[in-house]
Parts: sequence; structure tokens; C-alpha cells
Amino acid sequence: MRDAPAPTLTLVYLARLRDAFGASGENVVLPAEVTTAAQLRAWLAARGGAWAIELAPGRAVRIAVNHDIAHPETPVQPGDEVALLPPVTGG
Amino acid sequence: MTVRVQTADFDVGHELALLRGGDRRVGAVAAFIGTVRDVNDDATVATLTLEHYPGMTEKALTAIVDEAKSRWDIVDALVIHRVGALAPADQIVLVGVTSAHRGEAFAACEFIMDYLKTRAPFWKKEATPDGLRWVDARASDDDAAARWNVTPGTKA
Repeated sequence: MRDAPAPTLTLVYLARLRDAFGASGENVVLPAEVTTAAQLRAWLAARGGAWAIELAPGRAVRIAVNHDIAHPETPVQPGDEVALLPPVTGG
Repeated sequence: MTVRVQTADFDVGHELALLRGGDRRVGAVAAFIGTVRDVNDDATVATLTLEHYPGMTEKALTAIVDEAKSRWDIVDALVIHRVGALAPADQIVLVGVTSAHRGEAFAACEFIMDYLKTRAPFWKKEATPDGLRWVDARASDDDAAARWNVTPGTKA
């Protein structure tokens, strides 16, 4: 038998979003209907408060799945590391 | 290719000498050094803290340099980006590119910086007399990166 996949997905909050959410990340159990980056964003925004504000449609937030920038349709699943990135300001 | 994220300062002369490495194919070395300004959006900046996303940062920088190598005939490239606490006039970033001729080195160096500014996961937080604030991204940086997407025969 194979090992069961990790039941949780790891969320990472960076820079301004870490301050806004009051945490550097968390582990979450995804509902069955959340299978893409866009659905994950909408699911988190539905928490309300800072989540609804920061993740509202049109807010410039990028999502990285396992360290690669994702598209709205990029699949997400348990075991993934998904980061929410505000616009970058390096250099 | 060398891509490094570090808290320590860097010696530009030393790094560029390593990049050249005595390679006789190299006829041009272009370098860009980014430094900390003491004024940003009309506020005096006392210190700057740079954070990044470990794991993704190196991957993103490597992808940017790979993209530059696919577009221009360059010999080698170097990116060093500092993180942590920095003060005005400190060095933040070094990009170096070697090639046979200057055109490729200049273009690839500018391309790497433009893409780094919009794609590499770094964030600046400034300490000003009014308190700490995250630096906002600039639309002009997006414009600078977007111009590289122009394909031959089209206008920006």
C-alpha cells in the first residue's frame, strides 16, 4: 500500500500580507471543491475581514504553488506549498 | 551562472573578476549595482529591511538568467541580491553579464534587472520618521519589464 498523501496544504504569507493576516502561514484542509489557485484565493477571501480586503478581486496578489508563479487555473492539492505574494519591490 | 541571496555586502571588483574568470571569449562586461536611496516618495529613509521568499527566490532568479541566456549570446551572468537590514547608500543588488560584444552584455544586464524588479520575490520595508511602511510597487517597473515582450515587427 502507498502512504496516504498529506491531508493539509501549507499556506505562506509574505511581507505586507503577513502583517495584514497576523501570521506567516498556516496549514489548511481544503474543501473538496477547492482545486485551483483561483478557487483557493476565493475560499480564503470568504473568511472576511483582512482576508476579504487583501484578496478582493482586482487586488494585486500573486500566488506561487511550490515556488512557481501560478495562473488562476493552476491546480492546488494537499501537500503543496502555496504562497500569497504582494507586488514585489526588490532590486 | 551564479545566483546568490545574502545578508553580507559584496565586493564588485572581486565578483566581476570571478565572473570573467580569465575567459578569452569575453570582450565585454556589463554590470549594474543597485543602492539604497535615502529619500523615497518624499520621506527620509533611516533604514531599509529586505525580505524574500527562501526557496522561490533562487529559483526565480535562475529562471530570469536562463531567459536572458536564451535571448542573447552571452558567456555568463551573475546576480547577487542582499536581504536583511540596509542603510542609505548601501549596495543592494549586483547584476553582471559577460559576452563577446557590448550590445549583448548591456541588453542582457538591463533585461535581468527589469525582470528581477517585477518577478523576483523580494520586498522592501522602510523605516521613516512616520514609522515602518512596506514600499509600494511602481507601475514604471512593470512598464520597464513589459517592453522586453515586444516581438520584432510590432510596436510597444
